[in-house]
Amino acid sequence: MNNILKIALRNLLRYKRRTLLTSALITIGVMAVLLFVSISGAFKSMMIGQITDSMLGHLQIHKRGYVASIDNLPLHLNLGGADMQKLETALDALDDVEAYSPRIKFGGMLSNFEETTNIRLNGVDPVREILASPLLSKRFLQGETSDGLLKPGEILMPELLALGMNVKLGATVVVVATNQDGSVNAKTFIVSGILEGISGPGGRDGYIHLDDAREILRITENEANEYAIRLKNPDALESVGKQLAAGLGGELNKQGKPKYEIHTWEKLSPFYNIARMIDMMTLFIKLMLISIVLVSVMNVMIMAVFERIREIGTIAAVGTSPGKILSLFLVEGLSLGILGSVVGAALSLAAIAVLQASPLTFDFGRQKGLLLSPTLDPMEIVVVSLLVVIVSTLASLQPAYKASRMEPVTAMRQV
Amino acid sequence: MSLVYAKDIAKTYQAGEVQVRAIKGLSFEIEPASFVSFVGPSGSGKTTLLNLIGCLDRPTSGHLTVAGTEVASLGRSDGARFRGKNIGFVFQDFNLIPVLTVYENVEYPLLMTAGYNARERRERIETLLEAVGMTDQLKKYPGQISGGQKQRVAVARALVGSPKVVLADEPTANLDHDTAFMVINLMKSMKAERETAFIFSTHDPKIVGEAEIVYTLEDGLLVSREDRRTGDE
Repeated sequence: MNNILKIALRNLLRYKRRTLLTSALITIGVMAVLLFVSISGAFKSMMIGQITDSMLGHLQIHKRGYVASIDNLPLHLNLGGADMQKLETALDALDDVEAYSPRIKFGGMLSNFEETTNIRLNGVDPVREILASPLLSKRFLQGETSDGLLKPGEILMPELLALGMNVKLGATVVVVATNQDGSVNAKTFIVSGILEGISGPGGRDGYIHLDDAREILRITENEANEYAIRLKNPDALESVGKQLAAGLGGELNKQGKPKYEIHTWEKLSPFYNIARMIDMMTLFIKLMLISIVLVSVMNVMIMAVFERIREIGTIAAVGTSPGKILSLFLVEGLSLGILGSVVGAALSLAAIAVLQASPLTFDFGRQKGLLLSPTLDPMEIVVVSLLVVIVSTLASLQPAYKASRMEPVTAMRQV
Repeated sequence: MSLVYAKDIAKTYQAGEVQVRAIKGLSFEIEPASFVSFVGPSGSGKTTLLNLIGCLDRPTSGHLTVAGTEVASLGRSDGARFRGKNIGFVFQDFNLIPVLTVYENVEYPLLMTAGYNARERRERIETLLEAVGMTDQLKKYPGQISGGQKQRVAVARALVGSPKVVLADEPTANLDHDTAFMVINLMKSMKAERETAFIFSTHDPKIVGEAEIVYTLEDGLLVSREDRRTGDE
């Protein structure tokens, strides 16, 4: 095999310019794929991280039917104290669950005593919320989180509302809300923080303390209508979802259907479709790479066979078996693939190192100046490189087979 | 036992719609370690006959045995193995592999046929390259040496696997007179030294004179056999 490799490499070096051009084409293809995968992957991870870590959590649990009517923020589908205890027992039993936070989501009116507007609010336990949504503190445009997310009597206002109503940090506002029975209640709050709006559901909501939410809504018992759950490893999303479904599936409502519904962030955020589109684009880019490698290597190998017909006849005449002739040309194609993929992967890593040293900034929706720091999964490099090497070898198969089937006499007659 | 035994062998080619009878029922025998020449004008069937003996082509009819093997029965892979073990080739155009050095060209048949370790290969190659006077050109590529030197390398390559027979199709056609004689003499000395049969084709009368046995072909037929050792015809 060493001899075949040696001769194959010499043959590649015989046509230096052609080998260089073909390898360069493969290198560019590999770089394009790896850089696209890296940058799109960084964008995807960052957006998913933002959505899950600053707002949604990885999983959410509600009472059955809540998500279908979430636009109304219904209060009649709250989880009661017994429900909450069962859920928390189930969640505490799972090792993959890092933190969870009960929320009361509701709609109300917000007034700065001059103007009034609608607002969606989350009543949260500040300590548990920051554990379940660690990036929430990063969304503070104004205000401090050193003393915790917020205290009773404080409100975190979404940026757009604060700007629109000209509400400053420390200002007093009034929240008016209707409770489950239809009666109206109001409470004044001090604005302790202004939050950056982010893309996705809940990205423009305000936050108050869970106790304040209960007070406004006149909830006397322990109630919540949403549990946001953060996992230690986001890749365990599906398995944790299944374990929870299995654990809570026995709880049925009056209609005999499961009492709780468990949703992954993928089901709750429209960004999941964008993430899927990115995956599809990655697939198409990989298909383009396969086409580039296939056509360029096949072209080179067909030319190589065509130009070396007499030589093939000679080596066959002196006793080279058809299998070895086949191997000789396959190894040439394989070597082209290896050369292109190794150089392509090395240049991609170098380009990514440069991008990491000076990160890209981009805008997404109203979010400005997001920093993109691409990384490359070693497995992705292995997969793309293997793909290129396999396709290069396959592209050489037809010309190599043709060479191996040549009759020495016929081949040596060629001029 | 004959090295080559041919009985009524014929070879017919299909050239478009026309059938060309290149060899028309030849019978002959060649002994081991002999120095045999096939002569005749162009188109007389010399190259076709050497291709048949060399197992590069198969006769359309008749029996052809080389080194005790009926060559018509060999498949593609078996044929390659048989050639690698029993037959050496010297071509008119030398047919050296341009990407390999002189040393590597001679080594090539040994690499492609199993059974030789590195030490054995080196000994064989060095002995042969010394015998053909190419020891000082080992690292040169075919493009860097003369035609005569290329043919000497080709002779060394043909002999390196210790074949029973070396087939040379017009080995001197591309060489000047002196070099042609030098190559023929080299082949003769190798034959004597290694007891390998050499069968070559030529239409150069001066070169023919060097052969021990001369077969004359005309239009695909064997018209004469002359044994110059005994004077028999």
